[in-house]
This record gives sequence, C-alpha cells and structure tokens, in this order.
Amino acid sequence: MEKFHSCKGLVAPLDRANIDTDAIIPKQFLKSIKRSGFGQNLFDEWRYLDHGEPGMDVTQRRLNPDFILNQPRYRGAQILLARANFGCGSSREHAPWALQDYGFRAIIAPSFADIFFSNCFKIGLLPIVLDTNIVDRIFHEVNSTEGYCLTVNLEKQTVTTPSGEICTFDVDPFRKHCLLNGLDEIGLTLQYADKIKAFEEKRRTEQPWLFA
Amino acid sequence: MQTLYDKLWQSHVVHEESDKSDGMALLYIDRHLVHEVTSPQAFEGLRLAGRKPWRLDSILAVADHNVPTTERSHGISDPISRLQVETLDQNCADLGITEFKMNDLRQGIVHVIGPEQGATLPGMTVVCGDSHTSTHGAFACLAFGIGTSEVEHALATQCLLLKKAKAMQVLVEGQLGYGVTAKDIALAVIGKIGTAGGTGYAIEFAGSAVRALSMEARMTLCNMAIEAGARAGMIAVDDITIDYIKGRPFAPKGELWEKAVAYWRTLKSDEGVTFEQVIRLDATQIKPQITWGTSPEMVTTVDGRVPDPAQIADAVKRHDMERALKYMGLAPNTPISEIRLDKIFIGSCTNSRIEDLRAAAEVVKGRHIAANIKLAMVVPGSGLVKHQAEQEGLDRIFRDAGFEWREPGCSMCLAMNDDRLAPGERCASTSNRNFEGRQGPGGRTHLVSPVMAAAAAVAGHFVDVREIY
Repeated sequence: MEKFHSCKGLVAPLDRANIDTDAIIPKQFLKSIKRSGFGQNLFDEWRYLDHGEPGMDVTQRRLNPDFILNQPRYRGAQILLARANFGCGSSREHAPWALQDYGFRAIIAPSFADIFFSNCFKIGLLPIVLDTNIVDRIFHEVNSTEGYCLTVNLEKQTVTTPSGEICTFDVDPFRKHCLLNGLDEIGLTLQYADKIKAFEEKRRTEQPWLFA
Repeated sequence: MQTLYDKLWQSHVVHEESDKSDGMALLYIDRHLVHEVTSPQAFEGLRLAGRKPWRLDSILAVADHNVPTTERSHGISDPISRLQVETLDQNCADLGITEFKMNDLRQGIVHVIGPEQGATLPGMTVVCGDSHTSTHGAFACLAFGIGTSEVEHALATQCLLLKKAKAMQVLVEGQLGYGVTAKDIALAVIGKIGTAGGTGYAIEFAGSAVRALSMEARMTLCNMAIEAGARAGMIAVDDITIDYIKGRPFAPKGELWEKAVAYWRTLKSDEGVTFEQVIRLDATQIKPQITWGTSPEMVTTVDGRVPDPAQIADAVKRHDMERALKYMGLAPNTPISEIRLDKIFIGSCTNSRIEDLRAAAEVVKGRHIAANIKLAMVVPGSGLVKHQAEQEGLDRIFRDAGFEWREPGCSMCLAMNDDRLAPGERCASTSNRNFEGRQGPGGRTHLVSPVMAAAAAVAGHFVDVREIY
C-alpha cells in the first residue's frame, strides 16, 4: 500500500451529493482483471461526450468541456472536494483505484459511504470527513480562487487552507498507523495466525456444521 | 443484554487490541462467496505474495455479473467478459475452490445461490466482494460487502479487520396490504431515512410485518439495506428461517442439524435491548413504491406525482433533484401513472427468486405486454430457480404474455453483459439501483416490485397493481 504522510495539492470541486461508484467508474471498465489503468475512465460518462468502452484510446475521445475535471484550472488536482455520501453504491474497489490512478491522494467530503470509505484506506487514498459548513466554505473559496491548494497532514490530522486556517479531522488510530507506514494489512493479521487457528479449532468443536 | 448484531459480532472476534479505543477487531469469516468481477486482483495479490487461501471449504465461487442470459452453451462472445470468467475458472481450478461454472444448473447470482444451497447459515459471518451481500443477513448472519483488498485479506487470513457499527432497528408493524411487498418496505424505509440514513449502522429488521415475510421476501429486504447506507441488514431466526434451510445441500444433517437448530434459535436480539436508533413504519400504510430519480431515496408511491424542485428549500437538494429530473426526462408534478415505459426487467439479487417469479406470473397470466414495450425480460436468479419455474409452467405464462425467458445472471441490474438500456430508454426494473447509467448509458431506471413491474408491462405505463390484479 502507498504511504500517506502529507500532501499539498490543487483542489477540484465536484459539487454534487450522493456520487455513486457507478458514476466514479462505470461497470464496463470492471471487466479488467488488472488493478491499474482505471484513471483514464474515472467519471467516464460525465467526462467524455461519447460512450466509453474498455480498450478505447481516450486521447481520441471527445471531452465534455462542462465537466469540472476537464477545466484547465483543475488539471493536476490531487485533492477532490465533494458533497455528502460520496462513494455510495457498490463495493467495487475499482472506484478508489480510479481516483488514485487519476492522481487524487485525498478526498474531502461531509460524509462517505461505509464500504468506499474502508476501501480507500486499503490502498493509501485518504478520505477526510469535514463538517458540512467547512466543506461549504471551501467550495466557495475554491470556486473563487484559481490555483486553490490545501495542505493535508495525516500525522497532525489537519487540513490547512491558503489563508492559514487549520481544520482538524478524525481518523481511526489503526488506519492512520497503517497509512503513515504503508503497512501490508494481511501481513499484520498473519502475525495473529496462532490466535486465528485456536479460534478456528474452538469453532470447529462447538459448531462443526460450519466446517462440513 | 445484546442485540442480534452484538451477538454475531462478539461470537466472531478473534483478536481485539485492549488498549485501542477505536473499536477495531479481527473478525473470523465463516463463508466467503466469490465472483468474477472483484476477485481477479485479489487472487493475483495472493500469488504475488506467495500466499494460499486459508480455508478452502469456506469459499464458494460463481460467475454471475458477466454471463450472457441468452443461449450460452458455446461460451461468452465478448472477449473481455470471457477472460474475466475464465480467470475465475482458472483461479478456482488452480487453488481447489468449489465453483459452479456457467453451464452448471446450480449457477446463478451469488446472493441467490448461497441461501439456495444452504451455504448461508444462521450465525455465520458471510462476505463477498459485492455490496448486496447484505442479502444473507435474512438468515441472522453478519453479512456484508467488501472491496477487493478485503477479498484478498479474507482469502489469506480467514479474517477481516473491522470497526464495529452502531445498531439500528427498523420496526415494521402491522399487516402489509394486498399487492404490497418486501420491496415496497425496503423502498419506503429508504425514502424515509435516505441513502445515507444507515451509514455507520447495521440494520436489524423486526416487527410483525417482517416476521410474516417468507425467506425470499426477507432476502429482498436485507438486500436493500445497503441502499439505505447500511453495510449489513439482518433478521432474527424463527421457524420460517429453519424450515427454509432444512434439507439444502450444504445444510447440516441428522444429529448436527438438531445441534445447529438449538444454537440458531438463540440468534435474536434480547427482549428490551436498546438500539442506537429505532425507525418505525406502519405496514398498513405502505403503498406500492416507485422511484422517480437517480437515487433509491428518490421514491414515491404509485398514486403520487413526480416532485417539484421549486418546493425544495435546500439548495444542494434542489439542484440534485433538478439534475435527476433532467436525466430521467420527467416534468415536475407528472402523475406516476402517466410515466410510459420501454422495457421491463424482472430479475437481480433483489427480486429473482421463485416467489418473485410466481407473483409476477400471476399478474401477467392470460394478459399480454403492451404494444409500446420493446422488451420485457425475466432473468431467474439461478439455474435451479429457472428449473423450478419451468416445472411450475411459469416460463410458459411469461412467454405467452410476450416476455423473454432468459438464463440466470445479474443481467440488466448493472448491464455488464449485453442486457442494457439504450440512451433515453425507460425501464421498470425489480433491481436495486437507479443510478445514472446503471442499466446502460443514458438509461432511465424506475425501481419497483415484481408485481408492479409485471403490471406496468401489461399496461405500458405504471399502474397500481392492486387495481388490475
């Protein structure tokens, strides 16, 4: 997993609530058996004017000039600003993969869907929950300021605005620890292999029908 | 005192850091269902790290998302879909994982076949790389969808690292009206609490209306817990649960059966236990539900009208509603019954079980789909559901009415195969998501129950099933 310590990056505002994982990465791209390369199809139906299918050369496709990420001022954005319930819908990890592959390192929203939120931490993409009023204010500032950047510091759990305002956010200590150090969660769990085996043996004795 | 969720959680904790206050624990996973879309990268991850699945007999695999629903004895024609299904076949063969292949009679939608086989049993933790894993909670399981990293983690360690959710009780009391189904309860709940209402919660559905539901209907209800934002939905064990499981291939037999049943009967919330949140619904007041927008919470009743954004004070909400109506091609205040349809889809992990097909067939029996319906299709949830339906003559009823009778799979719920809407086409669908583009780019989805979809097929527009049937 990619480490995350801090990030100063350009902010792109996606002013819409309940953005679902079908919008983030449409189903036809889920046919890939790879983990990479989804960034070019991030928000595919909004981003391009034509219909996208796997294998198409995206440089030949018509971009939707009205879609926010296609505006030159947001090129190279590393932080996505969104509204409530971001990432609702399916459990597809392809959604965080696509966001990360596109270049985003953190997403700020008033709330996230549970599975999406959990998936982000597994790959080193940081979802940050800030109060609705703060998110609202950042939306206004981003819209009115070209080149608007935020600084995210995971260690200190802070988001700093260009004017120096510091907003703090919560993060589970374990998830923070894993992200800061880029830890392999499977490796960590396997440190408890003996405990898992003992649990499993007890279960096999008490509920043998689960092991038929 | 404990909730059902507390009991399920506690009985699976392998390890908990005593000094950590964040509520994370390592939970043991009893059943891991695997399908072709969210697993290839997980199997590759295992291989790259030199790891093997921890417990093979906990895993059951099936290809469902990509499979064609038309004649398929010659395989899958789309090379990308074919590769994904072949990759699952290869991974299962290499590792010795039980898989129901595409032309096996037991193949079907992963959330239909688990319970059908008795592979989903009360008291289990059930995971799958699919958000509708909440379906299995109908059997008093802790069942929830996971991402691919977690698929790999569960394969490698038989555990997942999880944070305990809060417990919500959705209490539905009273008797459902004629023609009103579990799907309508689910949509009514989502309409009430919103698609983020259950975020951070595990939902237990309870009350006399829920206890009266069949297992098929309970699965429909738990299936849509995720659409209310809750990763898991669940229902306590009772005689209906136990009767459903008895005799299924993976279910315990003989002495073990008696022992299992005795344990399963403890799987309910203790009397008087408190939930972090309780939502109450009066079943007698629930009418057939229809979604009008691009989120399951954008829902109204069959006698209602498309809402008017001008009446909404909140700017973000108003903007979302305007956008949804534009996408859906609907004018504010249009009566729901005036919405005309192009296609009808009866299927998906929400509503493709035998009871769903029986109910829909009852409505279309002796009738024919309307002239404006370009395609009406029934996609059974599994080969066994299809077989059962054919034994009962349901396929004949549907075909005679002008429906296409297809092979099992996820089909037009998410349109990963060839079953999809063309841009602008409008569909009455028994599936679970009406997101933009879900059933095909530019497609317009209205979520309804199987009987409402059947009635709409006959009328050509939405109609109150209670009036025509």
